[in-house]
Amino acid sequence: MRPDHPRQATKARLRSEQKADGWYLRLSGQWTAEKLEGVVGVLERLPARLGGTAVTWDFSEVGRMDSAGMMLHLHYRKELEKRGCRQKILGRTPEQEQLEALLLRHLPERIPKPASLASRLLRPLEGLGRATVNGFRDMRLFLEFLGENFLVLSRSLLHPLSIRFDAIAKNIEDAGVRALPIITLTSFLIGVVIAYQGAVQLQKFGANVFIVDMIGISVTRELAPLITAIVVAGRTGSSYTAQLGVMKITEEIDAMRVMGFEPHRFLVLPRILALMIALPLMIFFADLIGILGGMVVAHLHLNISWNEFLHRLQTVVAVKHFWIGIVKGPFFAWLIAVVGCFRGLQVSRDTESIGYYTTISVVNSIFLVIACDALFSVVFTQLGI
Amino acid sequence: MAADDEVPEEVIRVTDVVTRFGDNLVHDGVSLSVRKGEIYGLMGGSGSGKSTLLKEMILLLRPDGGTIEVLGRNLAELGFEEAAWLRQQWGVLFQSGALYSSLTVAQNVGMKLREYTRLPEKVIDEIVRMKIRMVGLPDHAADLYPAELSGGMVKRASLARALAMDPRLLFLDEPTSGLDPIGAEAFDQLILKLRDMLDLTVVMVTHDLDSIWTVVDRFAVLGDHQVVAEGTLEEVIEQPHPIVRQFFWGARGRLRSAHGQ
Repeated sequence: MRPDHPRQATKARLRSEQKADGWYLRLSGQWTAEKLEGVVGVLERLPARLGGTAVTWDFSEVGRMDSAGMMLHLHYRKELEKRGCRQKILGRTPEQEQLEALLLRHLPERIPKPASLASRLLRPLEGLGRATVNGFRDMRLFLEFLGENFLVLSRSLLHPLSIRFDAIAKNIEDAGVRALPIITLTSFLIGVVIAYQGAVQLQKFGANVFIVDMIGISVTRELAPLITAIVVAGRTGSSYTAQLGVMKITEEIDAMRVMGFEPHRFLVLPRILALMIALPLMIFFADLIGILGGMVVAHLHLNISWNEFLHRLQTVVAVKHFWIGIVKGPFFAWLIAVVGCFRGLQVSRDTESIGYYTTISVVNSIFLVIACDALFSVVFTQLGI
Repeated sequence: MAADDEVPEEVIRVTDVVTRFGDNLVHDGVSLSVRKGEIYGLMGGSGSGKSTLLKEMILLLRPDGGTIEVLGRNLAELGFEEAAWLRQQWGVLFQSGALYSSLTVAQNVGMKLREYTRLPEKVIDEIVRMKIRMVGLPDHAADLYPAELSGGMVKRASLARALAMDPRLLFLDEPTSGLDPIGAEAFDQLILKLRDMLDLTVVMVTHDLDSIWTVVDRFAVLGDHQVVAEGTLEEVIEQPHPIVRQFFWGARGRLRSAHGQ
């Protein structure tokens, strides 16, 4: 075994001994940071035990001593001093004396006190206040963001050639085409689940064939848009935030600004437009797959043949349900993209804030999508559509 | 004195190290040695592999060939426990500071102490505040987050973190890059002072000629995948190798030589 293998190094030790002229504290072993655990407990009991007596610290058996060890000694020497001990020090090497002098020179005079009980009790109130102020600030910033965004949008509409069509196409591919597998899976499963739950109830009444109405309407009108939007919020909304956030940290956004490329025109607008184009198409796709899922269950479970299902689908499900679902698409897309980009541009200099704002962005956009869907339901019902 | 205290005369010995990233050959037989108590510089142009070599010394990368010994241990044959022990023996200052952004300066500095020792919280706090002072940061900096610090303060806070456990070896990756000349000068002086106070061996990657002139005891110049020169300033500057001549007899080097020393 090598001479200074970690296990061989001796731990710090402290022996106390009472003699005629008071207590002797004998330090031995390695007084280095990782070897100190054995003596902490002993030292902790010292002030109570030895208060008011004469104490001699004997350093003659100490091996290596680092600043953690010296600081530990200094800390309890101070404690003993407060208890009125007369203290002496024996057997220190010149290096240890230098170390002590060095530490004492850099020791802050006062250590800040921990917060008092009263101020800790008031902390929830402080938190509430901060949250309110931050809420208002976010609201103001969001309005600013929207304003800038509309400004850029209206200028782009006046000069259609300045719209970044290649960026839009790339974003449609990222957010739309690449999301198709996961959309397929979720909407198929939703169709299956709805059909199963419905099938059990409908069988009781012998109303098997109404499964078609149920699936046709619920999938196209509500479920496909909502599920697609939630998947997209989790997938694309978060990636918008993270992408823009990283660009903010690496100062790419500042670089674009100084070169005269407004981030809104080059980054934000293409993302918003791309998602507004892609999401309705994805909802249409989810409609198809969801209904297919329902059809499979209806076929296996309720003995409704493919032809029968499709025929009834055409006669009972009005086309308005389909259009209502599709129309929701651009609205949901706008919410997701705007929130994702807004939160991305809010990221500050530190890396932690990327995670923070990405989470917030997803939570916000899912909430807004559901709230918007509820609003649509109320409006359409009131309009009698 | 216990055996654990002994630092070998050659703290680091690099022998015939070969490093490749895919087809890109970085080191082809790099050899050098760092002696106890010195401030050793690794110098070379961009892409000469000085940071890579540093990363190999601190167990972040493995060389494709050759051996590296740190404190007498061959890095290729380390056991789990020995690696853990070795990591306790050094402190590293990364180029951009690499402070944990979710923690305050005091938490950053105290992290190793909290994790590896059972010292009472009060004592850890005293040590942390002492280290923060030692590197020349004001007391109130302890409660700031890294994002609230200036570039020079980040370097100092990061240095305090590297020094938290009283390492014997300090690795610095471009400590003065991104600092203004006054700040860089002050940082160099700080490293000199700390080396003398804490009995450190320091390895620094640098291409700051001023640092080479003022703080570094010996250094190696990397170029052409190899060490083209190693030694004290007087020894290296006499070398006829074209890379050395470029460094020290280029316009900036000449200016420094004219005013220097």
